[in-house]
Amino acid sequence: MPELSLADALAGLLALSLNAYVLFGGADFGGGVWDMLATGPRRARQREVIAHAIGPIWEANHVWLILAIVLGFTCFSPAFARVMTVLHIPVSLMLVGIVLRGSAFTFRTYDDEHDAAQLRWGRIFSSASVVTPLLLGVCIGAVASGRVVAPAGGAFGERFVEPWLTPFALAVGLLTLALFAFLAAVFLTLETGDRELVEDFRRRALWSGVAVFCASALVLLLSFDGAPLMNRGLMGSAWAVPLHLGTAAASVAVFAALWSRRFRAARVGAGLQVSCIFWGWVASQYPYLVPPDLTVDAAGAPEVTLRLSLWALGLGVLVLAPSLLYLFRVFKSGPGDGVGVSGGHAGGGP
Amino acid sequence: MSDLLAARSQMAMSLAFHIIFAVVGIGMPVLMVVAERRWQKTGDPIYLELARRWAKGTAILFAVGAVSGTVLSFELGLLWPGFMEAAGPIIGMPFSLEGFAFFTEAIFLGVYLYGWNRISARAHLWAGILVAVSGAASGIFVVIANAWMNAPTGFELVNGRIQNLDPIAGMLNPMAFPQTLHMTLASYAATGFAVAGIHAFLLLFDRQNGFHRRALSVALLVGAPAALLQPVSGDLSAKAVARLQPAKLAAMEAHFETGPRAPLLLGGWPDVDREETRYGIRIPGGLSFLAFGDVEAEVTGLRDFPRDEWPNVAIVHLAFQIMVGLGTYLALVSLWAAWVGWRRRDVAGNRPLLVAVALAAPMGFIAIEAGWTVTEVGRQPWIIYGVMRTADAVTSMPGLVYPFAVFTALYCFLGLIVAWLLYRQIIRSPRADEWSRVYAPARPGDA
Ligand code: HDD
Ligand code: HEM
Ligand code: HEM
Repeated sequence: MPELSLADALAGLLALSLNAYVLFGGADFGGGVWDMLATGPRRARQREVIAHAIGPIWEANHVWLILAIVLGFTCFSPAFARVMTVLHIPVSLMLVGIVLRGSAFTFRTYDDEHDAAQLRWGRIFSSASVVTPLLLGVCIGAVASGRVVAPAGGAFGERFVEPWLTPFALAVGLLTLALFAFLAAVFLTLETGDRELVEDFRRRALWSGVAVFCASALVLLLSFDGAPLMNRGLMGSAWAVPLHLGTAAASVAVFAALWSRRFRAARVGAGLQVSCIFWGWVASQYPYLVPPDLTVDAAGAPEVTLRLSLWALGLGVLVLAPSLLYLFRVFKSGPGDGVGVSGGHAGGGP
Repeated sequence: MSDLLAARSQMAMSLAFHIIFAVVGIGMPVLMVVAERRWQKTGDPIYLELARRWAKGTAILFAVGAVSGTVLSFELGLLWPGFMEAAGPIIGMPFSLEGFAFFTEAIFLGVYLYGWNRISARAHLWAGILVAVSGAASGIFVVIANAWMNAPTGFELVNGRIQNLDPIAGMLNPMAFPQTLHMTLASYAATGFAVAGIHAFLLLFDRQNGFHRRALSVALLVGAPAALLQPVSGDLSAKAVARLQPAKLAAMEAHFETGPRAPLLLGGWPDVDREETRYGIRIPGGLSFLAFGDVEAEVTGLRDFPRDEWPNVAIVHLAFQIMVGLGTYLALVSLWAAWVGWRRRDVAGNRPLLVAVALAAPMGFIAIEAGWTVTEVGRQPWIIYGVMRTADAVTSMPGLVYPFAVFTALYCFLGLIVAWLLYRQIIRSPRADEWSRVYAPARPGDA
């Protein structure tokens, strides 16, 4: 293995922050998906659990995306510039989704007087929660496919549409959506004390686990043609086998845990499974940041910037770690955090 | 609409939208903390009610600030990839620090909003103080990035390319101090007067309402000192602009002819084709004095700059007049309120003063939008002053008028909704039933 450079370290941290966004922010989007798909006699209560689970945390979870973007334009500005140019259309659409999801959710929370208005905000919130992960996945798929190349003339469609409107990228979009929904369902089993609701979410977790499996298979199949570089990485390289094994082990473990209603174990397993898939993508395109030509080292900023960014991250951890610990000590210790236990946030509320 | 113009308009619109929420995120925590402190000292429950309502309003605005800020960080790349490719490694530093300041703010805002009954009164107040401090810090860091665009330092130009970076020197650029000071004060002045103005207006119809009286006094306590300092800090900014961006200063003052004893212009309409300014009042030597501290100093006029390096003179001059006019008004009203308060201690009993404060409600925010117009339009045609032109930084993607239209429509819609929600949830007087019970807002999901 070649020696890791400073740029590699920062690329790793960038990926770590995206990984955190996929796990935490992704679960918030998945919550919106289950809000949309809420059915049956307990539909209102399902929605309540979801809203309660997302409410206090989605803004903090969202910061991981910002961190990834800022690291991107600070440490790898040529890659950032190229991705934002070629993927202008899907990224803009994704932003519309992010804006609508966040604001509709907040409006629904605070606009608590009319049922009609509540319903309308709910619908905007949940549709944006479905569309945004799809688009995020499409962008990731486009990068992985190696079609995000420096725009060099050609027709509009050729330069700004064809790079991302491919079967492969769309399949990655579907996979992302399935992963987010799966994570959310698994996490939601722990957000309520109500048995019936737990069963509802357990069933959803199992089904979306199947969806994840199918979507992964589709992505792998399409990658032969759609993302040859990634395919080669996924099939051939040295780390491929351990990662595949890890993913497989985690998914089997999650299924077993869900089956036997060990929800805490399922949560850990689902997080591991999704992270394995995520790092599988990362590793498959290493050393390229934007295949087929921009490597991590070539796109990396001058060394001063990289070193200072590392320092800034360290400083940030020093400030954030105790703050986050305090936040969790205040809210996650002691009884009564779920909706099922009455009075969780009584009298506090925003 | 050309693509460049569409990109500039989209950037301007997004920033003009975001800045409102950003400013509220900086100013409101201070108001909340002052009200809560007064409740702890006096035991008067109305102050507690105020702190809680303001916290609720801040939560709504915070969410919109967060999503619109997210859009901005992408837009830097979506619209200006050329700029970000060159400048990212140097201005990324303040943006990373802003990210952490924002993270801290989000964490302690969560503690503040949800922690009323979970932590001690002291800890709760400290959470509020931390929200206020990290809110101000996040604003300061982004403005440092903007100051670098005005006064780029910390690199060498080698064949027109930015090289040999020193990001720390970039952060310590000479516009950073005047701009961050002016912007932070502006946040307190604008938020303070907006809140004071709303409650002053409501007091006009309901003179004895204890809720509005207390709100008015807290808001003025925050807004008035900042508004008094604002002209002083603005003068500092103007002196820095005079030194570092002479073309911008000339446009602000619609000053065409280079010469000593340059007059200060009040009002007036610049005629760019004839290169002269008509109407308006001129104070001889005023501009020389304000810009360089010497009535005899020479001030460079626009004619001495190549024509293609002029910003849009009419817009910059008009925006500058608006900001200074409103700033003068706010400072005078602050003086008046201070005087009344000092003599009779009942600001709410003085009807003319209430009218004056009510009129001031939107003025701080208008001044902020105008001030940013001066800064940003005045920097044109440069995106990095003297180094890179805006036209060279714009994305190669055509059809930019469509995203501009989409985001404009989206933000108009959001703005209307937010205004409506704030009115219903925060501003109107408490109903009788809300007075009678301990205030406990509905939980998410409760109908
Ligand atoms: C409440 C808002 C407010 C008020 C009352 C004022 N300003 Fe201001 N001004 C701003 C809000 C603002 C701002 C929006 O915050 C700006 C834009 C960029 C910045 O750093 O601050 C600004 C910029 C700005 C600049 C340009 C700096 C640059 O281009 O980099 C100057 C010269 C002044 N101001 C001067 C003044 C003077 C002489 C005032 C006297 C009354 C004044 N401002 C009142
Ligand atoms: C939030 C308050 C701000 C407002 C209201 C504002 C306003 C504007 C306006 C009106 C323009 C268009 C100017 C023109 O093209 O004629 C602009 C452009 C721009 N601003 Fe700001 N600005 C703000 C803060 C910032 C900050 C903090 C940055 C930090 C980096 C920034 C970066 C830019 C960039 C990159 C452009 C596009 C390039 C250009 O036109 O020069 N702005 N802004
Ligand atoms: C180019 C300009 C700007 C960019 C790219 C930007 C970026 C952002 C981002 C990404 C967030 C949300 C973080 C999250 O939700 O994770 C945010 C929020 C915020 N921004 Fe900006 N911002 C800009 C201009 C400004 C300016 C000029 C100020 C203030 C002077 C400011 C102050 C704030 C504050 C206080 C927040 C916290 C949200 C709130 O309190 O409502 N921003 N900004």
